[in-house]
Amino acid sequence: MNRILAGTPTIVRRAGWAAVLVLAGVATTFVLPAGRIFPFSQFVVYLGAAAGLTVLMGLSGQLSLGHAAFMAVGGYTMAFTQNALYERGFTVAPPAGGSGRFASAAPPVAALWTLPVSLLAGVVAAVLAGALVGLAAARLRGPYLAGVTLTIGIAVPSVTATFAVLGGEQGFAVQVPRRPSWLAADIATEAQWRAWLALVATAIMLAVLANLSRGPLGRDLRAVRDDEVAAALAGIPVARTRVLAFVVSAASAGLAGGLYVYLTGTVLPGYFSFTTSLFLLLAAVLGGLGSLAGAAWGALFVVAVPIATAELVGALHAGPALAQRLAGNLPLALLGLALIVVTLTARRRPRSPGWRAVRSLGRRGQDGRTPSGSLHPSAEDDRKVGAAP
Amino acid sequence: MTWLPVHPVRATARAVAVAGCVALVAVLGACSGSKTPAVPYVAPQGVSEKEIVFGTHQPLTGPAAAGYSKIAAATKAYFDYVNAKGGVHGRKIIYRIEDDGYNPANTQTVVRKLVEQDKVFAILNGLGTPTHSAVLSYLKDAEIPDLFVSSGSPAWNQPGKYPGTFAFQPDYTTEAKVVGHYLKTASAFAGQKICSFAQDDDYGASYLTGLETGLGTPVTARATYVTSNPNVAPQVDKLRDAGCDVVVLATIPSFTARFISTAAKLGWRPQYVAAYPAGEYGTVAATLGDEKDLLEGMVGAGFLPAVANVSDPWIKLFTRINQDFNGGVAFDGHVLYGMAVGYLVVQVLQKAGREITVDKLIATLEKGGFRGPGLVPFSYSATSHAGYAGVRLSKVTGGVQDYFGPAYVTDAGSAPVTEYTEATATPPDSGIPSA
Amino acid sequence: MQRFGYLTVDGLASGAVYATFALSLVLIWRAGRIVNFAQGAIAVASAYLAWSVTAHTHSYWLGFVAALAGGALLGVVVERGVMRFVPADRPMDAVIVAVGVMLVVQGVLGMLYGADHRPVPAPLPTGVWRVGGVATVSPYQLFVVGAVAVLVAALALLFTRTRLGLRLRAAAFAPEVARLLGVRVARMTTVAWALASAAGALAAMLVLPSGLGLTPTAMDGVFITAFTAAVIGGLDSAVGAVVGGLAVGVVVNYVTGYAGNPNLANLAVLALLVIVLLVRPGGLFSGVAVRRA
Repeated sequence: MNRILAGTPTIVRRAGWAAVLVLAGVATTFVLPAGRIFPFSQFVVYLGAAAGLTVLMGLSGQLSLGHAAFMAVGGYTMAFTQNALYERGFTVAPPAGGSGRFASAAPPVAALWTLPVSLLAGVVAAVLAGALVGLAAARLRGPYLAGVTLTIGIAVPSVTATFAVLGGEQGFAVQVPRRPSWLAADIATEAQWRAWLALVATAIMLAVLANLSRGPLGRDLRAVRDDEVAAALAGIPVARTRVLAFVVSAASAGLAGGLYVYLTGTVLPGYFSFTTSLFLLLAAVLGGLGSLAGAAWGALFVVAVPIATAELVGALHAGPALAQRLAGNLPLALLGLALIVVTLTARRRPRSPGWRAVRSLGRRGQDGRTPSGSLHPSAEDDRKVGAAP
Repeated sequence: MTWLPVHPVRATARAVAVAGCVALVAVLGACSGSKTPAVPYVAPQGVSEKEIVFGTHQPLTGPAAAGYSKIAAATKAYFDYVNAKGGVHGRKIIYRIEDDGYNPANTQTVVRKLVEQDKVFAILNGLGTPTHSAVLSYLKDAEIPDLFVSSGSPAWNQPGKYPGTFAFQPDYTTEAKVVGHYLKTASAFAGQKICSFAQDDDYGASYLTGLETGLGTPVTARATYVTSNPNVAPQVDKLRDAGCDVVVLATIPSFTARFISTAAKLGWRPQYVAAYPAGEYGTVAATLGDEKDLLEGMVGAGFLPAVANVSDPWIKLFTRINQDFNGGVAFDGHVLYGMAVGYLVVQVLQKAGREITVDKLIATLEKGGFRGPGLVPFSYSATSHAGYAGVRLSKVTGGVQDYFGPAYVTDAGSAPVTEYTEATATPPDSGIPSA
Repeated sequence: MQRFGYLTVDGLASGAVYATFALSLVLIWRAGRIVNFAQGAIAVASAYLAWSVTAHTHSYWLGFVAALAGGALLGVVVERGVMRFVPADRPMDAVIVAVGVMLVVQGVLGMLYGADHRPVPAPLPTGVWRVGGVATVSPYQLFVVGAVAVLVAALALLFTRTRLGLRLRAAAFAPEVARLLGVRVARMTTVAWALASAAGALAAMLVLPSGLGLTPTAMDGVFITAFTAAVIGGLDSAVGAVVGGLAVGVVVNYVTGYAGNPNLANLAVLALLVIVLLVRPGGLFSGVAVRRA
């Protein structure tokens, strides 16, 4: 097997893996119960955005605490484009269906080809936004970069909620294409169809990310992350490389945003809130910075834990007042606890370059180390040095 | 089929036999009565032999939780009361309540879970304009009835576009037209400057539209707020600068309290007129705490009996059910609202009959004629899915919020505001509507 | 003009709260190079404690003291119980663990107290004094500014004039040397957390009466604005935190007041942050030269 794989060109191998993943995903949609298909699609979307973020943070060592802002740019652009195309009349007859009273309400739906067009528009807009932020961030390091990205992550949803033309707090409906008529209702549901399209788009984006991170750009990113001066001396354009990292991660977030709008058929500021940014951050970190496969685990965790904890609450059968108190809060507390436990008990990974870069957040004192070898002061250190009790 | 040449005698015999059979079948068919063979009843999703399941999305946590979080529990308490007496057509009513934290992104998820996983028959009383707007088309595509949305947005009244969606409370435009009409005609407010403080979304916008229609002129000054920013001092300052005598509040209870409290801090006390979602006395007073005297004289709007009117038969009935089935929580306008919703649901289910389907439910609702605790009639018809057709105005006097004057009805369009003088229905003795 | 004056005074009062909170973030940053995302949750938990104490004893000031003490205690618990186990070469882990702590604290508070907004009484009248019909300032706003001034002065005295302050500064700036000289660096980190959490609790007690009321997420907005203020001032600089906090408070008020749209406040903060950092990438008061691309 390995010999076969070694002989094929990389791009074919990547395409093969992508195809395998898509097929596995499609198979999963047939195995899952109907109520889990939408969360599965959410997981796919988050995976795409988290993958971009993990490349940005792991490979190029730049923080982005407000990454959902790029999802917002992509999502809203996709929404406007999709609606504009619909208004222009690029529609088809709706799929047959609607029984009884519901049969009367069936206007035409958008043509299928409008979807890749609007998604692409979303990606382009996100790329521009990524370039803008990358340029502004080029001079910033550590907590200052954190501060700017954090504030962006909060300001962008505010903007979308402020201006009426963007739909305000309740957003607006988006005329997305439906399941094609040749796909009979008893083979696949609308939810499944949308999940498949999300899978295909995300798989393509992941293949692109994998290519980039293992290619010359990835090498440049790591070089700049590890030692800027050396990289500059070696002829790598430092600022441009760092901006490119933002651009690439913004593109995948923009695609994810557009896909989420497609999945729900609406666009809202609430989809791209600061909480979403937080979840993306968690997904990226929990899977291991720089690891695309890890982003999948992280995204799965972030989507599954709230559902699992909500069901735990449901199984407790509490009285009405207590149930109300537990309802929103127990999942919150359990998610927090899970975060703490998972993070503190994570197997210590070998000192990879990714961690060293992220450590730039915390330069300590002069050399930054303690006698026990870590950077964190502990009572043990004090005893070792013989400090007075 | 090709006819094989046959012996003429045998052909004739066969023809006679066939004709005889046909005649026999026809006679038998005629003798079996005037009924055509009945289509077997196929229960829709969420309806079984013993149960019928409803689902809802509510803000149990988050900025809108104050007050609103009590509504669904109250509806469930009424259902529990009905279930204890045998349910409706032999089925118990199950009510699944999901929290969306007033965040439309969560509403997407929980409504899908209710429909696809919990397999509810209908979504009932989904709360919030931004939250519920996000799931309108999904529910239509899924062909799930969307009953009695808990919001006054006119968006729930689009029978052509969303045939399964029905409103419940008077929509903001209808209510605001009545309020505007009152402010225009009442002598106490002649020549005064009317201003508005509204939530920066469809709720605030449609309320303002109705208000200005009822007034006949635009307001003198307007200010808005968003739920994410609790500091309303700049807006209060702006309205005070404009010399407003009356401030109409199209807000949620926490922001009603915010505005009134902040204005008092600036030494300003205009006449307050609160929209129905804004002015539930119990909730706002609890938020204001020691400052609740600031609510004295506040004008409000409602369509259900006054909570303070303890001798009203509906209040007596619902208070009793609240005590026995809702853990005896403080009985306020939200609890009353929840129970009124439950009562209407049971009325509709009774009328629709045991073999209920989605189409039958919709048809039953569109026939209308439901009378319950409401002070005004419902507007349900084949062309209108709007809920209550108007409001009655109330005032806070001595810490008690009670009605004055007649009830008014109108619509969200150009109909005039007219008085409605018919008496309210009395509740059935059992507290459960009959078929 | 009257509007301008009122907006400025109101802005300074809310800015004072941001300054206090920003100070608490700077204290922890200097002690452990961690941005404490759990600070808002610790602060609001202290406020809930105050609420419970006041409800039982009917004394606002007892509750106030309980908040400060409880806040300090909670800060120590979080630092010793959770943050200490985060390896220091993984500051990203510190961020996540802090977020986890925030979620746990907010969830537990929600379960204990419910989601209803509880009104928080102010200890002093909040009606604005009018001088010749011009709105000036309220007794409560004076109290807020005064309390913050006292805190800043006390901290300044502590750090510059006392042995404890000297040890704290040494532990933060040069832990190796400090350890060799007999300073217990680990304990100093804990002290810094205690001080910072008490400051955060003070900020919560000051800001909550003018907010929507007490809920588990009531301090989230303050955290975000204060963090921005701290970054604007330069995370290593306490003076920067104070100046940043006041500036942000005032600017946000102007924007909201004159533009009439409260959502623009977030945009204004972002704009301020970007402008300051473009000119001085280390914040306004950064002493260390920051590397440029």
